[in-house]
Amino acid sequence: MPQESILSDDFIRELINVGEVDILVGLPTYNNGETVGQVVQAVRTGLLKYFPRARSVIINADGGSRDGTQDLVRAASISDLSVSSDVHALRTLHSISTQYEGGPANGIALHTIFAAADLLQARACAVVSPESTTIEPDWMDRLLRPVLNDSRDLVLPVYRRHKFDGLLVRNLLYPLTRAVYKCQLREPYPSDFAFSGGLGSQFLSQDIWSKEQGRQGTELWLTLSALVGKFKLAQSFLGTKARQENPRSDLVNAMRETAGILFCSMDSFSSVWRDSQPPVDAPCLGCQPAVSLEPLRLNRKRLHQMYVFGLSELEPVFLSILSPATHADLKRLATLSEESFAFPAELWARTVYEFSVSYHKAVIGRDHVVQALVPLFRGRAYTFLTENREASAEEVEGNLEALCQTFEREKPYLLGLWDGGK
Amino acid sequence: MNEIVASFARFLPRFMEMLVIVVLGWLIAFILKVLLRSVLKITRFDRLSEHTGATQLLRGAALPSLTELVSRFVFWVAWMGFILLGISVLGLVGIEQHVASFFGFLPRLFASLLILFFGLLGASFFSRAALLSGVNAGLPSPRLISWAVRTMIILFVVSMAFEELGVGSRTMIVAFALTFGALMLGLALAFGLGGKDLARKYLERRFARERDESRDREDELSPL
Repeated sequence: MPQESILSDDFIRELINVGEVDILVGLPTYNNGETVGQVVQAVRTGLLKYFPRARSVIINADGGSRDGTQDLVRAASISDLSVSSDVHALRTLHSISTQYEGGPANGIALHTIFAAADLLQARACAVVSPESTTIEPDWMDRLLRPVLNDSRDLVLPVYRRHKFDGLLVRNLLYPLTRAVYKCQLREPYPSDFAFSGGLGSQFLSQDIWSKEQGRQGTELWLTLSALVGKFKLAQSFLGTKARQENPRSDLVNAMRETAGILFCSMDSFSSVWRDSQPPVDAPCLGCQPAVSLEPLRLNRKRLHQMYVFGLSELEPVFLSILSPATHADLKRLATLSEESFAFPAELWARTVYEFSVSYHKAVIGRDHVVQALVPLFRGRAYTFLTENREASAEEVEGNLEALCQTFEREKPYLLGLWDGGK
Repeated sequence: MNEIVASFARFLPRFMEMLVIVVLGWLIAFILKVLLRSVLKITRFDRLSEHTGATQLLRGAALPSLTELVSRFVFWVAWMGFILLGISVLGLVGIEQHVASFFGFLPRLFASLLILFFGLLGASFFSRAALLSGVNAGLPSPRLISWAVRTMIILFVVSMAFEELGVGSRTMIVAFALTFGALMLGLALAFGLGGKDLARKYLERRFARERDESRDREDELSPL
């Protein structure tokens, strides 16, 4: 039985009116009225400036905004107009907005964008976050050029970020991806990225859209699928990443989107990463020092308190997940005062590996395994903040590199656990 | 004397028949047990039991593994059935009725055991979910919340199982309603009266913490 398309009839009609395109830029939105106009403007300028001869379309997949987001995107549709003195359109730049069912969910928005790209036979596609307020027109060039000119299948971003931003990416996602899949991807869970039509079609045909990874963390799953599928990867330096005014404080959901998806991929692709494969190359184009150091006042005390509280309250859960030795080490840490508390990299790597194995073996409900990692991550985040409090950009990079090397060194421990008993 | 001998002669073949049925029944029940144990081991039934928390529950009650428990249960039910069948062969007055009622009771016994099993699994799952949510949200006494969830579900499940068995069903429902009501009333009183200071302190601390957080800009740290 043919699979039913996610695209509505009206949307398909609009896409057919556009016809085949060279470039498609997708914009998943949900109540982003405050920032989306600026982002669309930068995307439009970038497309006209760097790809004036390409047939391009901007597709907005909206999760049911009630703040006029869709109207702002539609307003960007122009026809052979010049947007500034040095930018002239040679072709019509279409801008289409559609509202998908079952939202808001980033995975469904991406599914819509992938399906549209497949229908329009786009050669290169980019997805841009509507919250990327620091976006410059040249992001389009940096993301799309490697796909169009160098036949790269997936281009991931590298940002300049504050040294304390992206704690989960720095302490878990990057080191674990690097150790397991042998590829140094700084942002494996990208909010702005580009992909080839070939990768898009392959990804679209995957049987994930009714699963968890088809709803959240889909970008991470795309990265890992491309890695495992031996697609050609690249990274491109984009500049400063916008710091959100109100970042999602729901650490549990962030953990599900990152650790949950990564553990799930380790379970699905275990035959690939357990073999001694050569490192995967993902050259970084135009990379620069990527850490900024503006002073920030942070409340680290609460992280420490939450670690100690979580460790004592969740003891029965940890006994099911962790080995007795690791559990004893974590308990010993909880007895330390805030001043002397330090979560060593080796212990953190071992803890993460034991969690991934418990997820694989489903010793308790898999979502519960992921949730139980949250208090321990708080302890590790506390140590990261303390360690790098006065650190320079080079020292932060050095500490991060040391953490990644620890994860790589401890990988045999993961392999031993994966193949054998706990 | 002759009558006794005659009736004994009439009874002996039936007794032998009963013995054969009982011994054969034991053999069949034993084979069933061994087969079932092997199937459950091959299908890693114990792992499922461990995932759902049933193993911990059984361990806590000093019971063997779930595979062993199910195998033994099937053995005893099967052998019991054969024993009763054997006794019915003796032709004793009134026995047939008891045997029939035993076999009529079996489906309800299975149903109530299933209710109990899945109910206990549910209790374990939801209490763990409550514990994790409570800890990650920084709520006070997450273990108490988790215990309350587990107790409620177990009470509900046990009353359902007894209702299915038809054993003191009304008593069980009334007991459940009373316990549930008492628990709710107790919680209401505890939080409303006994815990008012605690609640005030908690709310003060919570709002103060929110103010502190905004002052310390901790919320501006993005995990992703």
